[in-house]
Amino acid sequence: MAFNELTDGLSEPVRKAWERSLTSGRAALGRRAVLRAAALTAGAAGLAACGIPPAGHTGGTGDSTANAAKDLSDSEKEVNFSNWPLYVDTDENDKEKHGTLEAFTAATGIKVRYTEDVNDNVEFFGKVKPQLAAGQDTGRDLMVLTDWMAARLIRLGWAQKLKPANVTTAITNVESRFRAPDWDPGRLYSYPWAGIQVVIAYNRKATKGKEVTSVAQLLEDPDLKGRVTFLSEMRDSIGITLLDMGKDPAKFTADDYAAAVARLQKAVDNKQIRRFTGNDYGQELSSGDIAACVAWGGDLIQLQADNPDIEFVIPEKGFVTSTDNLLVPARAQHKTNAEKLIDFYYQPKIAAQLTAGIGFVSAVTGVKEELAAIAPDSAANPLVVPTPGMAAKAHVFRTLTETEESDFEEKFSKLIGA
Amino acid sequence: MSTLTEAAPPQAIPPDSGQPAGSAPRTRRKLTPYWLLLPGVAWLVVFFAVPMLYQGSTSLQTGSLEDGFRVTWHLATYWDALVEYKWHFVRSFGYAATATLLCLAIGYPLAYTIAFKASKRWRSVLLILVIAPFFTSFLIRTLAWKTILSDGGPVVGLLNTLHVLDVTSAIGLTSGDRVLATPLAVVCGLTYNFLPFMILPLYTSLERIDPRLHEAAGDLYARPFTTFRKVTFPISLPGVVAGTLLTFIPASGDYINAQLLGSPSEQMVGNGIQKQFLNVLDYPTAAALSFILMALILGMVTVYMRKAGTEELV
Repeated sequence: MAFNELTDGLSEPVRKAWERSLTSGRAALGRRAVLRAAALTAGAAGLAACGIPPAGHTGGTGDSTANAAKDLSDSEKEVNFSNWPLYVDTDENDKEKHGTLEAFTAATGIKVRYTEDVNDNVEFFGKVKPQLAAGQDTGRDLMVLTDWMAARLIRLGWAQKLKPANVTTAITNVESRFRAPDWDPGRLYSYPWAGIQVVIAYNRKATKGKEVTSVAQLLEDPDLKGRVTFLSEMRDSIGITLLDMGKDPAKFTADDYAAAVARLQKAVDNKQIRRFTGNDYGQELSSGDIAACVAWGGDLIQLQADNPDIEFVIPEKGFVTSTDNLLVPARAQHKTNAEKLIDFYYQPKIAAQLTAGIGFVSAVTGVKEELAAIAPDSAANPLVVPTPGMAAKAHVFRTLTETEESDFEEKFSKLIGA
Repeated sequence: MSTLTEAAPPQAIPPDSGQPAGSAPRTRRKLTPYWLLLPGVAWLVVFFAVPMLYQGSTSLQTGSLEDGFRVTWHLATYWDALVEYKWHFVRSFGYAATATLLCLAIGYPLAYTIAFKASKRWRSVLLILVIAPFFTSFLIRTLAWKTILSDGGPVVGLLNTLHVLDVTSAIGLTSGDRVLATPLAVVCGLTYNFLPFMILPLYTSLERIDPRLHEAAGDLYARPFTTFRKVTFPISLPGVVAGTLLTFIPASGDYINAQLLGSPSEQMVGNGIQKQFLNVLDYPTAAALSFILMALILGMVTVYMRKAGTEELV
């Protein structure tokens, strides 16, 4: 492949970091994301937005059937599944082979059309919004979106209520701490695909052996000046800063938010913070251009495997967690099949296979034992299976109202210079 | 078009022949050019005019995602956007202009060499080398600069040894002893990414210059530099104009280089549009910013073309 040729001369860690920053994961500035966003900003902002009718006109959140389409699940044994890149277990030799998805097809006879087209929450939202707003099918039966974006879809009436009878395994097995997020209490619409932990990471070589243990140190330690990055995901960067200031991201006020922004702004102004990144921080952290940063747990497992100098720290004052959630969008044509897939992934054995493959936290009870049997290293890694002590320090970022959301995003955009 | 109508025999059928059928082929022939234009016009309408109208309408709307957006002729959006993003505009045009000048400085000698000095066989090889980066994604090429300009890398090491970075820091292009996350890195990325857009038009306009003109200039006792100044450069001017436009316009709207190679203080207007559209969900402001950007570029380009005085851009 062209890409391999291109990166032939590079060392393994750098190549991996490249590949990851291009193709993998959460909030990645993926190739596709860039192309699409470029197309959007290239002057077609209006295309999607002209005279947008109020959202939810296809049926409010209270109505569980208004946004449903005729379910073709029985006649068409298929499900169209949109997920983030590299977010399912993949065969090492065949990138098209996904063990758990094949197991699902074998068990149910339902073919999965698996597409890795979610590169970024906001970009994906921009893509499906025109169809959802017009009350049309997006061609997808299942999509994976982070908490706040899932919350937005539910709020707008663009997600379908799941039929409890079809997701009994999920109802039984979802871990209690994931059962009642403030945006979907009782998990009527969504189930977690994987959990994300936002922690601090540093490159021991770049800090000359010095430990980096807190957000305060990231923001103030002169030894790190100009070599610190935060995430461009607003909730993660602000959340972990709020925690450092002794505020709970689950119940902060607008003033607390402003204070956190001001604190970060100070660090931007005096050039302590170098950049705000998607997951392209990996490459720079590995090379040592960045000494320390706010990072996503799942990325770090891979980064550590490539570069043993990379360490992660759970800040004493707490860290932010969130989940990526499976949702059935409005007008999906194979809702029952989608529900069957959700349910299938809540079997501990399958969940363990998935977790071993992706390195993000599972929301399924009993996964630890299964994981210990197939991937003992992962089972012992607190980034994959959080220890009880860590669970106590984990905090979620509360759901924002629409007004808060645009106000906070505006302030955050100013902070990151855009 | 006029030649076509003239070509049609005006009086093929006597007007009083009383044959109404006779006028049909004539009108059809008259309409032919318009039919031929149709696909192009339809394309422009669907992919340019309509989106522009949509965007124009969006920029005049107010509202929110939940309540919907309605056209309220809220023109203040434009002023607010301009005030809020004035420095982004300044940076966008500043970086784009610098990158364009650098592209010209690097691209002209290269295009000249390929056109006049390289042998036939080498010419195609060199041209392929110029185009080769296009086989890789724009993003990968930009990310590569992170490795090239890495703080501990050889390039920055050399620049530090030669104290070049002290100079660039003094004029505000870099800060401290690094290049990444400074204006210099953004300008480097822009220059590199848009260089082929400069070289190719320069090459096409240089390549068609008859070498005998050089000989003639020599025969008239012009020194090589005078030949270049009085003969070669003026003839290649259309290439220079085309190249600078092809470089400057996309570079001023670019946001990838600023995002990946810059710090929060180097963000360009493209980054602002992206954030407003995707994160803040303030579609009117995003649309207004796009329009302002477009208008400013159009204005600058018009002035530039007037000054350059080249009507026939080839």
